[in-house]
Amino acid sequence: MKAIRYLAQMLLLTLLLVALWPGALTRTPYDRQFRELPNAPVSRQFPLGTDELGRDRLSRLLYGTRVSLLAAPVAALLSTILAALVGGLAGFLGGWFDRAAVAAIDLMLSLPWLFLLIMVRAMLPLNLPAMLSVLVTFGLIGLLGWASAARIVRAGCRTLRCSDLVVQARASGLSNGRVLVKHVLPNVRPILTAQLRASIPIYILAEANLGLLGLGVADPLPSWGNLLRPLESGLIPNSAAWAPLILMLVVVSCFYLTQSSEVVVR
Amino acid sequence: MKRFLTVFSMVCSAIAATGTQYGGELRFCLYSEPRTFNPLLVADTSSEAIRYMTAGVLIRVNRQTQELQPELAASWRVVSQGRGIAFKLRRNVTFSDGTPFSAEDVAYTMRTLFDPNLHAPTADSFRGGTSVKIETPAADEVTLTFPMPVAGLERLFDQVGILSSKSPKKEMASLGPFYVAQYKPGSEVDLSRNSYYWKRDAQGLRLPRIDSVRLYIQQNRDMELIRFQRGELNIINAVSPEVFDQLQAHMPTAVRDLGPSLESEMMWFNQSPKAPLPAYKKQWFQSREFRRAISAAVNREDLCRLVYRGHARPAEGPISPANRFWFDAGLKPHPYDPKEALDLLGKAGFRLQDGQLYDAQSHAVEFSIITNAGNQAREKLAQMIQQDLKAIGIRLNVVKLDYSAIIDRISQSFDYESCLLGLTNVDLDPDAQMNVWLSSASNHQWNPNQVSPATPWEAEIDGLMQAQAAELNPAKRKAYFDKVQEIVSQEVPFLYLVTRNALVAVSPSLQNANPSVLRPQAVWNIEMLALAPEVVKK
Repeated sequence: MKAIRYLAQMLLLTLLLVALWPGALTRTPYDRQFRELPNAPVSRQFPLGTDELGRDRLSRLLYGTRVSLLAAPVAALLSTILAALVGGLAGFLGGWFDRAAVAAIDLMLSLPWLFLLIMVRAMLPLNLPAMLSVLVTFGLIGLLGWASAARIVRAGCRTLRCSDLVVQARASGLSNGRVLVKHVLPNVRPILTAQLRASIPIYILAEANLGLLGLGVADPLPSWGNLLRPLESGLIPNSAAWAPLILMLVVVSCFYLTQSSEVVVR
Repeated sequence: MKRFLTVFSMVCSAIAATGTQYGGELRFCLYSEPRTFNPLLVADTSSEAIRYMTAGVLIRVNRQTQELQPELAASWRVVSQGRGIAFKLRRNVTFSDGTPFSAEDVAYTMRTLFDPNLHAPTADSFRGGTSVKIETPAADEVTLTFPMPVAGLERLFDQVGILSSKSPKKEMASLGPFYVAQYKPGSEVDLSRNSYYWKRDAQGLRLPRIDSVRLYIQQNRDMELIRFQRGELNIINAVSPEVFDQLQAHMPTAVRDLGPSLESEMMWFNQSPKAPLPAYKKQWFQSREFRRAISAAVNREDLCRLVYRGHARPAEGPISPANRFWFDAGLKPHPYDPKEALDLLGKAGFRLQDGQLYDAQSHAVEFSIITNAGNQAREKLAQMIQQDLKAIGIRLNVVKLDYSAIIDRISQSFDYESCLLGLTNVDLDPDAQMNVWLSSASNHQWNPNQVSPATPWEAEIDGLMQAQAAELNPAKRKAYFDKVQEIVSQEVPFLYLVTRNALVAVSPSLQNANPSVLRPQAVWNIEMLALAPEVVKK
């Protein structure tokens, strides 16, 4: 088990390094179209060949890794902060705020998120630079993904509100704010950490889904989502299969690390 | 009995002599649910394909020659200076349910077609049709008189499926080679041979040759390909370039590139005064030099070669070469010339500085192009145009939107800068494009619903389109519409990019297949199609 955990950590670390310095492995710009060399096979110039527009597949894969691997944790952090705020306050304060928060959570969970993302994206300004489109795409995913985490955080805070620990703290004269910061939040931190870890692969997959529909990160910037597009036609060269393979490995590694950390916490 | 056997042996020997195979089931896919089986209400491609195979028409546009040919009308003549048409009908023709066909059925069909309560899409093509005068001087003669001349009147009857006035089955009684035998929503439509079909082949043998047609309602094109490769389907009417190349490698006899189709890809700039865009951007888009420069900066040859794998050609204008009569052979696609593009931009006050183009007020030139998400070919086109424009210092932001969001932006809110979409001219006659070219029209995409023409050249197009619609002489009409095409090529309200080739796949077991670029492609001669003996036996 330890070996698998180690392997998963090493894989994610390696990919993170690649994501931070893609220029160390390729000097070809990800958006340059070598139009005389479309669908070129693997060669010294193009270690993974070129795509149908003559763009270097390796370069696109490396820069796509950067986009997906760095932006997904930011989106996960955003949704976890929102979940902590809404779920934490609802569980701790109770009353009308709790009822309103539960209604909001139920509403968010009942909405078909994919259609919601498509709808919200259609309302955004058209002239977004490609990098800003990354932030917008993952920001939207993060903003729309807080509800399920908030429900779990709320349940945790609700339990804590009635615990001896909090009753004693209140009896000692501590204000609600201090009780929340000093006693409740530290106790729900494992829940938040688990939610954060679990959200990362989910958001990577969410971007991939959007990208597969052509609604993810704007062209010409690559992401794992838009690198999966050739899968749609079912006619993919072997060199194009790296994107789904790496996506699968990253998602499995993330889930494995999340699960194994839960075992450690227990 | 002896006489019967003699006739039977004569028929058998005639069939053997011509080598014609009878029987079997033809199978192919419809890509959407047919919305209606009423031939007068057809507005979608699936219903149109079914109408073609089941409904009888007075005059047919031959999909191969694009000439008119008599069907239920043995002959016709245009009368009253183009305001009317007199038909002499074919005799001894019977509907699929056995009821006889007569002038009364034609009169009934036309009355139904022009019933304002029916809202028949086909009726719109006959301008002023609601006050049509219908006369039936004899059982095989019909005369229709319209309040005003209708240009290309005869061609319109290709879309009018004749209904039975007497049959209890009404629109389900058919005069075409097949009739609708069964419909399983979401699954399939089954057509059976119309045993009363009037047409005979050159040897006088009955038609159609195939007993039935099974139309699977299948949106998934990958499934369609797999089933075709397994031999479960006989035809794929629209093959993508990728699939075409794949099939060509494994089944070279099954695929056919028919050359330019009626489908092209184009882009345009939003010139609507209602658009919520900055004034300087509106000024760019309204500049002819700017539009021409963008057109010159796009490498159309590369678009054809990379996106369509060579199964396309640079587009000349609004009419594809597939439309033999109306195509203006004098037009040439705008050549790829970035230098000329920069010269044109220079004349319009733009300047290139450190790889970035600026306008006269020093605004960096950047705009967005919207296209529909999910269409991979269109997305690739946009990415290539993006790189082409980068070479002349323009930053293009590609925005992929849900189709309904695009329609809302281009027709309601006008909140977009440029748009990349496809164009399909189903009707060969330019009269069908009135709703695009008239400045007051709602589909005049770059600046729709104008109260009066915004520019002199739009006013000129309005005049030419009205003139061609009122003219009955085809050569004069062609001259008017050629002029429209020339103005469009000069002023570039639409930047025509590529004309896609029509690619079809036809099973080698299907005999007499001679696919056409016009709909319904491989089944336009459905009555002549036959299946190989081994397939029929199966």
